[in-house]
Amino acid sequence: MQKTDVVVIGAGAVGCAIARELSKYCVDVIVVDKNEDVGGDASKSNSAIIHTGYDATPGSLESQLVVAANPMYEQLAKDLDVPFKKVGAILPAMTDEQFEKLPEIKEKAFKNHVYDVEFKTGKELLEMEPNLNPQVKGGLVIPRESIIDPFILVQAYAENAYANGVKFMLNTKVTDIKTENGAIKSVVTTNGEIQTRYVINSAALYCDEIAAMVGKADYKVVARKGEFYILDKNTSCKVDHIVLPIPTKVTKGKLMCPTIHGNMLVGPTAEEQESKIDKSTTYNGLESIATDVRNLVPNVNLKDTITQYSGLRPNRNPEGLHFDMYDDLKGYVNLSGVRSTGLTLSVAMGKYVVQQIIMHGEKLKLKENFIPTRKGIVKFSEQSREEQERLIKENPLYGNVVCRCETITEGEIMDAIHRPLGAKSVDGVKRRVRAGMGRCQGGFCGPKVIEILSRELKVDPKEITKHNQGSNMVVGKTRD
Amino acid sequence: MYNLKCDVAIVGGGPAGLAAAISAKRQGAEKVLIIERDNSLGGILQQCIHPGFGLTRFKEELTGPEYYGRFVDEANELGVEYLLNSMVLEVNDKENTIICANSELGLTQINAKSIVLAMGCRERTRANIVVPGTRPAGLYTAGSAQRLINRQNVMVGKKVVILGSGDIGMIMARRMTLEGAKVVMVVELMDCLAGLTRNRVQCLDDFGIPLKLAHTITKIEGHQRVTGVRVAPVDQNKKPILEKEQLVECDTVLFSVGLIPENELSKKAGIKINPVTNGPQVNQYMQTSSPSVFACGNVVHVNDLVDNVSKESEQAGKYAALYAMGKFPQATGMAKCITGENVRYLCPHEIQLCDESQKVTLYFRVLRPDQNVKLVAVSGGEIIASKKEFRVSPGEMCSLAVETSKIANGEVTVSVVKEG
Repeated sequence: MQKTDVVVIGAGAVGCAIARELSKYCVDVIVVDKNEDVGGDASKSNSAIIHTGYDATPGSLESQLVVAANPMYEQLAKDLDVPFKKVGAILPAMTDEQFEKLPEIKEKAFKNHVYDVEFKTGKELLEMEPNLNPQVKGGLVIPRESIIDPFILVQAYAENAYANGVKFMLNTKVTDIKTENGAIKSVVTTNGEIQTRYVINSAALYCDEIAAMVGKADYKVVARKGEFYILDKNTSCKVDHIVLPIPTKVTKGKLMCPTIHGNMLVGPTAEEQESKIDKSTTYNGLESIATDVRNLVPNVNLKDTITQYSGLRPNRNPEGLHFDMYDDLKGYVNLSGVRSTGLTLSVAMGKYVVQQIIMHGEKLKLKENFIPTRKGIVKFSEQSREEQERLIKENPLYGNVVCRCETITEGEIMDAIHRPLGAKSVDGVKRRVRAGMGRCQGGFCGPKVIEILSRELKVDPKEITKHNQGSNMVVGKTRD
Repeated sequence: MYNLKCDVAIVGGGPAGLAAAISAKRQGAEKVLIIERDNSLGGILQQCIHPGFGLTRFKEELTGPEYYGRFVDEANELGVEYLLNSMVLEVNDKENTIICANSELGLTQINAKSIVLAMGCRERTRANIVVPGTRPAGLYTAGSAQRLINRQNVMVGKKVVILGSGDIGMIMARRMTLEGAKVVMVVELMDCLAGLTRNRVQCLDDFGIPLKLAHTITKIEGHQRVTGVRVAPVDQNKKPILEKEQLVECDTVLFSVGLIPENELSKKAGIKINPVTNGPQVNQYMQTSSPSVFACGNVVHVNDLVDNVSKESEQAGKYAALYAMGKFPQATGMAKCITGENVRYLCPHEIQLCDESQKVTLYFRVLRPDQNVKLVAVSGGEIIASKKEFRVSPGEMCSLAVETSKIANGEVTVSVVKEG
């Protein structure tokens, strides 16, 4: 049986951030996830925004963590080489009724200690964002709302944690947790049992099922689906800021914002559902996005869409972000209700969890040789001509462009596959280097990526999957 | 940076680029260089192993590789040069330079006297037409599936639904059937065929594959691999009638929902793009808004027959060579080509007039199918050319030749009108 100090269940943004934080200390950590890749579920389909927490419930744990996390990203993005940009958000009021709500929103921001929210006139907002609905009566600007590459953030946490000794067991499902004398004893998985002193349940959509294994399921996860559109980089109508609607009692509403790579993101919807796996987009959802976002940005051109997707937010009932440790179950940490702000608060949650563990009496000793930084995959298309020249000289595979739309080279794909915790599937490659994320959506590079994966992983093409087990891209050879 | 010099540089070594190169060479251009991203010439025809090419040009039925093979042979004989495995990153129409990435040479700059854009087109995707549902494995554009099967020799699935009755979709319906897959149905949103009638007969009817006109896929199901699609009829506004939705089991969906000229390089270079074709605006010499840059083939407008592509590319090659040699015809005037009734677009978009009269063929597509019609070109209130057609449809390109001497008032309007 494997032996460790901590098992983190769930390799999403929060799980990986916790693992990275723990890797600063002399403690053995294993991250277990049922998916084939890190960030393979809730962390991969969201709005990719680093929030300020201006609209959180004041005094809540979510407010504390989001507000604390936001200022950490500038340095974190540098340390871990994650694409990140402080673009700022605009909250325009289109009606008198909405306009009257602005002071209330600003007051809430104040109560959340977000003090840099400012009033702007309609004219000022239109100058900042010319594609805004000209009916805008005024609004708020929230300068520190930011955008990030959510895939790279999770990969970066994970790769850095790995570099600092954390083990990852992917494609591994937790089937049971054993306890003894009111303490955690072991975690049973589809790849064997792991003896451990701590279990950190960061299983997002499935955290209630994990909690049930130790009899702590006093809540139920409620998946809340959010559908999105991604628009072509060349779309006719773009925005530079995160353009948010004035929230109603029911919903935060649908936004439009740039992605860190220059596409436009439009959405999301918010529909609660029973299923934790059904991430289908719907006519109704997509239509409601179109209608709502046109109120903010009337000329948004949804014909320029290059993909639509949906994600499931792991909300819970009773609601709210929860952190729980139990007197009668030593070593068990339960995180639940990590919803749309999960990406943002991940970095703060890492620190929060570790500090809580220390305050519960665990003596953690700092590592002397912790590696604080991680180097990402070099993006050929973003280099100067001289640097591109140098890259090809050093490794001729950088001269072979595989993905036309995003100008992604074979050199980058090789790096994605062969780096620690590297890509094993077509989506794994896509989320690391963006091959297939452009306007042709893998029409040209998809077949080549299958070929490269098959060659590098030394498996038959029919073993290559899109994402998880069972998502095989092809079924075999053609007839002889 | 590695440097190369040539008279005519051609971006793309598919059928358009090959025909342009040969023609440029024949016209007398000394050094003609094709820059191709693939490891061999031929472009998309390399994966088109079915027959049906060359009926107009060679009066015989060839496969894709046979068709481009003839051009490659001729290009070799004439001494056309080419750079393979080279992705063009930038076209600069002011300096007449091209920068490409090549594994062996590194970054390479090509200085040319004229440039021909022949990058072809790409396929529209599921997302472009917004088909709701999940995002499992087993969804392919028809062309990607064709590449996997015909060039990489792997089979994409066993039970297939095809959305779109474009030519590639129908050809893939037959190809998948020949490879042992079951093609359950071809679903077409329009109430008429999108591709050529002959492909319907040879690829669907002959294999008993049902074609569902005025239907669409309303949902994709399956979490890992596709498990099925929901298919529903559409009303007159092409809106699906969801009450009549039916589940069709399958493990693969192919999308053959249209092609878009691939003009990222042209756009970056600032070349004027026609909003209807999504390709560069050209005159009858296939010259773009940038005088030293020419364009031909599917990068200009999507053709249904490669024979047409070859023909119009020869024009581009010829005039690119003349431009490079300083012998380009002097214009004395210009005429706009205007779309009249039931004409979606015209190519060329304008006609350069010169002292000597020329015969210029205008290519175009209709908006909707019709029968017993007349194609009419009107200029200065006079009919300057007309032609009867028994049948027209959006899937089949029409053409009409006009004499430039007959053009008056700087414009010519083409319409498709009912006979009588």
